Amino acid sequence: MRLPTFSRGVHPNDNKHYTCSKSIEILPIPDQVLIPLQQHIGAPCSVIVEKGQEVKTGQQVGSSEAFVSSPVHSSITGKVKEIGTFQHPAGGKVQMVLIQQTEEEDDWKLMPPLEDWQNTGNEILNQRIKDAGIVGLGGAAFPTHVKLAPPKDKKIDTFILNGCECEPYLTADHRAMVEQADKILPGMAIIMKILGVIDGFIGIENNKPDAIEVMREAVSRGGYNFKVVSLQVKYPQGAEKMLIQSVLKRQVPTGGLPMDVGAVVNNVGTAIAVADAVINGKSLIERIVTVTGDGINEPKNVLARIGTPFQEILEFCGGLNEETTQVFMGGPMMGLAQHNLQSPTVKATSGIVCTAAQGQPAEQALPCIRCGTCVSVCPMFLLPTRIARLSEMGQTAAAEELGIMNCIECGSCSFVCPSQIPLVQWIRLGKLRVGEMKRKEKEVA
Amino acid sequence: MDINAIVISMASMGGLGLLFSAGLAIANKKLYVEEDARIAEVMEELPGANCGGCGYPGCANFAENVVNGKALIGGCPVNTDDGAEAIARIMGVDAETGERLIARVICRGGDYETAKKGIYDGIQSCTAAHLMGGGDRLCEYGCIGYGECVEVCPFDAMYMNDNNLPVVIDDKCTGCGNCAEICPRAVIEMHPESHKLFILCNNHDTPKVSRQVCIRACVGCGLCVRAVEEGEIIMDDNLAKINYDTYGRVPVIPTEKCSTNAFETFGAEETSEVAA
Repeated sequence: MRLPTFSRGVHPNDNKHYTCSKSIEILPIPDQVLIPLQQHIGAPCSVIVEKGQEVKTGQQVGSSEAFVSSPVHSSITGKVKEIGTFQHPAGGKVQMVLIQQTEEEDDWKLMPPLEDWQNTGNEILNQRIKDAGIVGLGGAAFPTHVKLAPPKDKKIDTFILNGCECEPYLTADHRAMVEQADKILPGMAIIMKILGVIDGFIGIENNKPDAIEVMREAVSRGGYNFKVVSLQVKYPQGAEKMLIQSVLKRQVPTGGLPMDVGAVVNNVGTAIAVADAVINGKSLIERIVTVTGDGINEPKNVLARIGTPFQEILEFCGGLNEETTQVFMGGPMMGLAQHNLQSPTVKATSGIVCTAAQGQPAEQALPCIRCGTCVSVCPMFLLPTRIARLSEMGQTAAAEELGIMNCIECGSCSFVCPSQIPLVQWIRLGKLRVGEMKRKEKEVA
Repeated sequence: MDINAIVISMASMGGLGLLFSAGLAIANKKLYVEEDARIAEVMEELPGANCGGCGYPGCANFAENVVNGKALIGGCPVNTDDGAEAIARIMGVDAETGERLIARVICRGGDYETAKKGIYDGIQSCTAAHLMGGGDRLCEYGCIGYGECVEVCPFDAMYMNDNNLPVVIDDKCTGCGNCAEICPRAVIEMHPESHKLFILCNNHDTPKVSRQVCIRACVGCGLCVRAVEEGEIIMDDNLAKINYDTYGRVPVIPTEKCSTNAFETFGAEETSEVAA
């Protein structure tokens, strides 16, 4: 039988063999951590600690009044050494809190555990998720409590747990499903209780047969009614809109959100964080990071504290080898190239991919040969070549008419382009320009 | 060939022509839109470059808004004082003309001065590079160096020098502000002609970091702040800023001790040539 999937998409080499069978190792607690005040989509936090102040593990160091925002916490027990601007792995410099370790053992500041969550109010549970600083750990870092509080007029009937991990190289979610199913399933149950839905699906790509088996077994052992769906291996299977199409055969309307078709999608890492926050009262201070690629000596999956400098994680994995030319945060399709290895691990750091020279498209882009391959792979049914060209020529209004804002920036078009045209980069630029145009129109009107 | 064919075709084509021209004549009378004659007159006085510096899509749209009373008569930053006065005469009011503005590049971190963070092989456009981590120069605040400002200048008043820094040609700059608007790092500022003294740096890093980043960066030592009267130069997050209300209108550098030579004067006789 053909496995369920979405239309179009691409098949990059998945390269998961480096780490897919390696158990998660716990990184020693670092001496210093840098906690960025912005690790999520939304309003940045403001500092609520002072220089020289003692902080406990799990204590808030930044918070915000805004609804679309998420607090940040100290990931070690120590003293605030400095508050200043440092390099953020997502680019640019942002305000961060530098914490120097004083206690080698964690002195936790826990929130009261809500072990009896089945009988706790949904608002209390969602407030807990907000207080714990939980954001989407798949890589986009959208605050989870916002997703779990849809407007009243949107009826949510289905929850999908995203275990696709369609980005090549990354295996953090894969290992989490194999090793921590006993946390994922309660986390998922808590999310579903908050949303008030009965139908729960777990979508996993078929290249992780062990994870599928473990999850199926854990679901039946725990007496849950979740359905584990094995999906075709295709990029970007783990994109929200694609996953909804694959599992539910529903199409999110243009410009809409998953909630418009009654679905909410969360990553497996997020479910673990939710279970930890609600059942154990722990804030989000650590995450699983896949350190992989042919540029690292010992590829591993590590459980790292938020704020750990990349350099320290790379050293734990045997360090970079001599051929390494590029280090990405995230996978090779959507990840961001890094130039400063002192940048801290953030909530969105799903992996650190280190690659050697081969396979890096450094050549100059050639002219478009009108082959249409990008059009045939775009999972959003857009015309990447045309939109990118319009963006390049500054024809913002025309690009908007062709639906540039629907682009999910998965990078499939750039991946297949035989002329190596940086299509998705042009489209990103065009999206920025459309935003500027909209603002200007508003001002003039 | 039958002569009739020629006669018939000439008659029918001529007849059709007459019919359509009559239609057009009627339409011209019936559907005529009363347009304020002043719009065309105002248009005559505008530069016609459609640069958008006034905030409207083009000169015609600006003229329309002037006549409707929605835009200021001196709202075109490119227009000469004479032009603005001519528009004022058309509108029957006094013109309020401001001081001439010139674009100033507040950064001297070219290829030679700045440290590099790696190889950038993406799109050679400042904004695209800014989205992807900011090009190859290590400074997160300064000029990226792909010349988007030069591309958008409608008056050819800018060029990139061999150090990959934009240079403004004062005589040609009309103060439209297109370059300042497009710059993703806000390195270009619009200054009145009377501002003579500048601190050409936009870097807010701590002294330790800014020294590593660029040899011409303001390191925030505060020597200049102490060399002048209080409030004339202000230290703002590791970067000295001149308070032009009280200082900076005389081309005199306040201290010779500035360790990175961040100061620059733009006198009347000098151009804004940047030392490479």
